[in-house]
Amino acid sequence: MTKTTEVASVKTHRAVTSRRRTKASGTSHPQGRRTWGQLLRRATPWLFLAAPLVLLITFTYVPVGNMIYYSFTDWDGISPDRNFTGADNYVQIFTRPELFRVFFVSFYYLAASVAQIAIALYFATVLSFDLRFRNLFKGLLFFPYLINGVAIGFVFLYFFQDGGTLDSVLSWVGVDTDHAWLGDPESANTSLAGVSVWRFTGLNFVLFLGAIQSIPGELYEAAQLDGATRWQQFRHIIAPSIRPVLSLSIILAISGSLAVFEIPYIMTGGATGTSTFVIQTVKLAFQFNKTGLASAAAVVLLLIILLITWIQRRLVPDEKVDLV
Amino acid sequence: MTTAQQTAATTRSVSDTRRVRRRGRIGQTLIYLSLVIASLVVLLPLSVVFLTSLKTSKEASDGGALSLPGNWLNFSNYATAFSDGAMLTAFGNTAFILLFSISGTVIIGSMTAYAIDRFHFRAKKLVMGLFLIATLVPGVTTQVATFQVVNSFGLFDTRWAPILLYMGTDIVSIYVFLQFIRGIPVSLDEAARLDGANSFTIYRKIIFPLLKPAIATVVIIKGITVYNDFYIPFLYMPSQELGTVSTALFRFKGPFGAHWENISAGAVLVIIPTLVLFLFLQRYIYNGFAQGATK
Repeated sequence: MTKTTEVASVKTHRAVTSRRRTKASGTSHPQGRRTWGQLLRRATPWLFLAAPLVLLITFTYVPVGNMIYYSFTDWDGISPDRNFTGADNYVQIFTRPELFRVFFVSFYYLAASVAQIAIALYFATVLSFDLRFRNLFKGLLFFPYLINGVAIGFVFLYFFQDGGTLDSVLSWVGVDTDHAWLGDPESANTSLAGVSVWRFTGLNFVLFLGAIQSIPGELYEAAQLDGATRWQQFRHIIAPSIRPVLSLSIILAISGSLAVFEIPYIMTGGATGTSTFVIQTVKLAFQFNKTGLASAAAVVLLLIILLITWIQRRLVPDEKVDLV
Repeated sequence: MTTAQQTAATTRSVSDTRRVRRRGRIGQTLIYLSLVIASLVVLLPLSVVFLTSLKTSKEASDGGALSLPGNWLNFSNYATAFSDGAMLTAFGNTAFILLFSISGTVIIGSMTAYAIDRFHFRAKKLVMGLFLIATLVPGVTTQVATFQVVNSFGLFDTRWAPILLYMGTDIVSIYVFLQFIRGIPVSLDEAARLDGANSFTIYRKIIFPLLKPAIATVVIIKGITVYNDFYIPFLYMPSQELGTVSTALFRFKGPFGAHWENISAGAVLVIIPTLVLFLFLQRYIYNGFAQGATK
C-alpha cells in the first residue's frame, strides 16, 4: 500500500507541531501554513472521485432509497400524489398467491444451475489435461456465453418450434413427437432453463479451467508417481484448489436464478407460467403502473439476494474481498 | 532375485501397463465422445439458424429445419433485415453507445482506482464501502426506481440514458483497474513528483499509459456486455429509431411473425461481430471474463 502524499508532506513539515493526527501514518500533520497547495493536495483524491461518486450515488443509492420509499406508497409512477399505505404492498406480495407463485419458477433455474456447474466442472477437468483440439473445444464451449441474449432467444425459439430443430433431430434418431415444447408450464420452464444452461455453462467452465490451470504441474506429476488415478487427482488436487471459484459460482447461480429475465422475456414474454420475479416486477411497474407494488417486490428480491450473499460471506470468509 | 521371479515380475508389469493403457484408451475415447457431443449441442442450434437465414421464404416454411438451402449465396434475407429491420440504425446506435460508455468507464474506473490506491484520506473506507456494497445490489431489481431518476433528468428515450447507466454502475472495471494499479511501482509517481509533476499529470502521463493491459480487459468485457445488453435499452429507449442491436432484433418478432428466414438473418447478423471478435481476441476474452467475474 502506498502513502506517497502522506509521506511527502510529513517529511516536509516534520518539525511543525500539530493537533491533527492522520490515521494512516499516525504521524503529526502541520497545522500552520495552510497554503493553497496544501488544500489542493487534500482535495486531490476528491477531485478524482467526484464524477465516479456522483454517478454511483445517483444511479445506485438514490434509486435504492427511492425504491424503499415507493414501496410503502400506492404510487402509480406518474401522478403527483401518492398515499402512504404502510406495509400493505408487502402484505400483498406474500398473501396474493399469483404474485408469490413466480418464486417457484426460480427452482427450475436453480436446478439448471446445478447441472450447469456440474457440466462445467467436468469439461474443465477434462480439458485441463493435454488433449488434441483442446483450444477448439474450449472455444466452442465458451462461445455461447458471448452471444447476444436476444439472438439466443430467437435461436432457441426456432429450436423448440413445432417441426423445428429439436423435433427434426428427434425424428432423425427415430423419436417422433408432436410435443409443443413451450406449450405447458412444466415443459416450457424446463426448456427455458435448458437454454440458460446452454448459455451460461461457458462462463463457469472458463472460471474453473483457470483455477485448475493455476495448480502447479508438479503436483500432478508427484501424484502420478504415487499411482493416483485421475479420479483421485481430481478429488485431492483439483477439488480443493477450485473451492473459492466454486463457492462464487454457486452464489452467482442462486442470485442469478432469482433474477432471471432475458431468456423467458424474449422467448415467451412470461406466458404459460414462465413469468419470473423480474418479469413480473417489470410488468407491474411499466405496464400496470403499480410502481409502489413493484418497488416492494424489488425490495424483497434485493433483501433475499443480500441475505444469500451474507450467508456466503459467513460460510466462506476468506473470499476475495481484498479491496485494499 | 532369481531370473524366474524377474521374468514373472516383468510379465505382470507388462500386462498391467497394457491393461491400464487399454482402460486409458477407452477413457480417452469416452472423453472425446463427450467433447464432440457438447460441441454438437453448441453448434447445432446455431448452424440451423444460419442455414435458415439462407433459405427462401418457401424453403423455410415447407422444408424441415435441418434441410439445406437451395442457393447457398441467397443473401436476400440479410438485405431485408437491414432494410426493413432497421439493423443499420441499430448498429449505429450501438456503436455510439459503445464509444461513449466504454471511454467513460475507462476514465472513471481508472480515476477511481488511482484515487483509492495512491491517496490516503479520511473517508477512504467509507468510499470503498460504498463501491463494495453497490456490487451486491443487482441492477435488475432497482430499475423501477432508477427509471424515475433517469426520467427526472429528462434523459428517458435518449441515448444518454444507457450511456450514463453503463458508466455509473460499473464496479467490476474499478476492481480490474485497482488490481492492476497496485502493480505499478510507487517510485514512478515519486520520481515524477520530484520533477514537479502534480497528481493530474502523474495520472495522465504515467499511470494511465501504464494501465494499457487493464484498459484492454475493461474495453473487451464492457464492450461485449454493452453490445449484448437488452434490458436497459429496452426500458429506456422505446423509440423505433433508437433501437440498439438487441432491441432492434427483438422487434423482428412482430412484423416478421413466422418469417423465420428473416429473423434468422437478423440473429446471424448480431452474432457475427461477436464471433469475429472472439476469433481474434480469444486469449484476452478468456482472461478478461475470468477476471471480471471473480473480481
